Amino acid sequence: MKSGSNLEKVLSAGHFAVTAEIGPPKGGSGRIVESKGEQIGHAADAFNVTDNQTAVVRLCSLASCAILARMGLDPVMQMLCRDANRIRLQSDICGAVALGIRNILCLSGDHIKFGNHPTAKSVFDIDSTQLIQTVKLMRDEHKFLCGEEVSGEIPLFIGAVENPYSDPFEWRVHRLAKKVKAGADFIQTQAIYDIPKFARWMEEVCDAGLHEQTHILAGIIPVKSVGMARYMRDYVSGVEIPAEFVRRLEDAKDVKEEGIKMIVEIIEQVKEIPGVHGIHVQAVGWEEIVPEIMERAGLLPRPII
Amino acid sequence: MKSITATKPLEEIVDSLGKARKVALFGCGTCPAMMGTGGLEQVLEMRSNLEGKGFQVIHDEVIPVACEMLPYEAKEELVKRARAAEAALVLSCSLGVRQVCSYLESIPVLPALNTLFIGVEEEGGTFVEECRQCGDCVLARTGGICPVTRCAKSLFNGPCGGSVQGKCEVDPSIPCGWQMIYDRMKALGRLDMLMEIEPVKDWSVSWHGGPRTIKLPE
Ligand code: SF4
Ligand code: SF4
Repeated sequence: MKSGSNLEKVLSAGHFAVTAEIGPPKGGSGRIVESKGEQIGHAADAFNVTDNQTAVVRLCSLASCAILARMGLDPVMQMLCRDANRIRLQSDICGAVALGIRNILCLSGDHIKFGNHPTAKSVFDIDSTQLIQTVKLMRDEHKFLCGEEVSGEIPLFIGAVENPYSDPFEWRVHRLAKKVKAGADFIQTQAIYDIPKFARWMEEVCDAGLHEQTHILAGIIPVKSVGMARYMRDYVSGVEIPAEFVRRLEDAKDVKEEGIKMIVEIIEQVKEIPGVHGIHVQAVGWEEIVPEIMERAGLLPRPII
Repeated sequence: MKSITATKPLEEIVDSLGKARKVALFGCGTCPAMMGTGGLEQVLEMRSNLEGKGFQVIHDEVIPVACEMLPYEAKEELVKRARAAEAALVLSCSLGVRQVCSYLESIPVLPALNTLFIGVEEEGGTFVEECRQCGDCVLARTGGICPVTRCAKSLFNGPCGGSVQGKCEVDPSIPCGWQMIYDRMKALGRLDMLMEIEPVKDWSVSWHGGPRTIKLPE
């Protein structure tokens, strides 16, 4: 075991894993994180906490994850390269370990332009691939980037993200291979709606043998309203929502119900695609729906290892 | 190479002049003249704008290359002409402002332009930044296209997941630098180079630790 995290155990045992996202509040209330954990803690194997997602300031991922860990849940700390240099990043990695966090997800981060402090200076001292490498270096070689020794163990299960829909499409699998080479133990993908395109990408992933070197978790974003579907289709770069999906929502009497139904269908299809080892559900601001979706997708109860 | 500049808002300029009423104006006959931010025409326009705000412009001139040190006599001449000024306003990039500062030691020397970047003219009238002068050039490994400058996140192992149809996620009017790098490396038949993980960068030779200086051997 690299980290002994619940997520690592579930994946190593060959189960179809479920991770779910918990969005931290815009303030210092740890109680909000706790109550989300209480609400959906039984419905997934591990819980991502976002790191100032879309460049909007929120309760930090490190503190939120520590709260979840204290509750006995398995947090996945998201860590961005946008807001911190290699000193802060490595220090927070040590901090995460000290507070019982065992999974980390390395990202570059959305550009500051999209957030609530568009005049801030972004850092990008290192990039996400280099961050993965850094965590691996600390964990496996007990070294900081400068070469000095890290005291004690850094048992972290290392995650990364990949978007099967962005361009250049033919390069995406190679980029994934780079992240795997850098040390990514698991991958959470961008939201999957276009199943055939995702299946094509997975085929390439399997052809390259990457599904044996890393665990691919397909990204799932439940859609609550027609407006949200249209917004994601039109404004979120790298998300592809097929016209049919939006049409079904538009035509539905009960949009929420239709949305859940479609997401459950997507999960069922994704499960059948060779090489997919789990899903990552991001129900941003709608976390309470996760147990119902998991129940209907036949993914409950979660394995206890 | 061009130093790309843009004119500051008049209110900011007026504000920066503070209590000074007598002003000397300097333009630059090189990059700002070509860009239309600090040539003769813009200097005269600034003159009339300032006069409209109640300032007295006691001298104006366009220095041929404002960033370069004037020969001794020319410098003395400039100082003499600006003698009565309470402030100088320079329509050039920051290098020109610095140079005029060195001539006029007893009065404030103020920028009328924002120095945006060093860049090249891509097509008529469109200037684009190509280099941030990071101090450790990686162009050999990126097909001659700069990831520090052309990627909105300065990624070294791009592209990120927001790259769609050659456009950057930050703004569809910005070409994705990593798509450009990819296309170029593909054309060169060197995609294998992009498979190597670019190691963390040494920024110590970059913007940190005070001004970078270099001394040519005697
Ligand atoms: S790598 Fe550095 S020196 Fe080379 S073009 Fe980019 S910013 Fe300029
Ligand atoms: S879309 Fe391209 S240019 Fe923009 S941040 Fe991503 S990799 Fe960089």
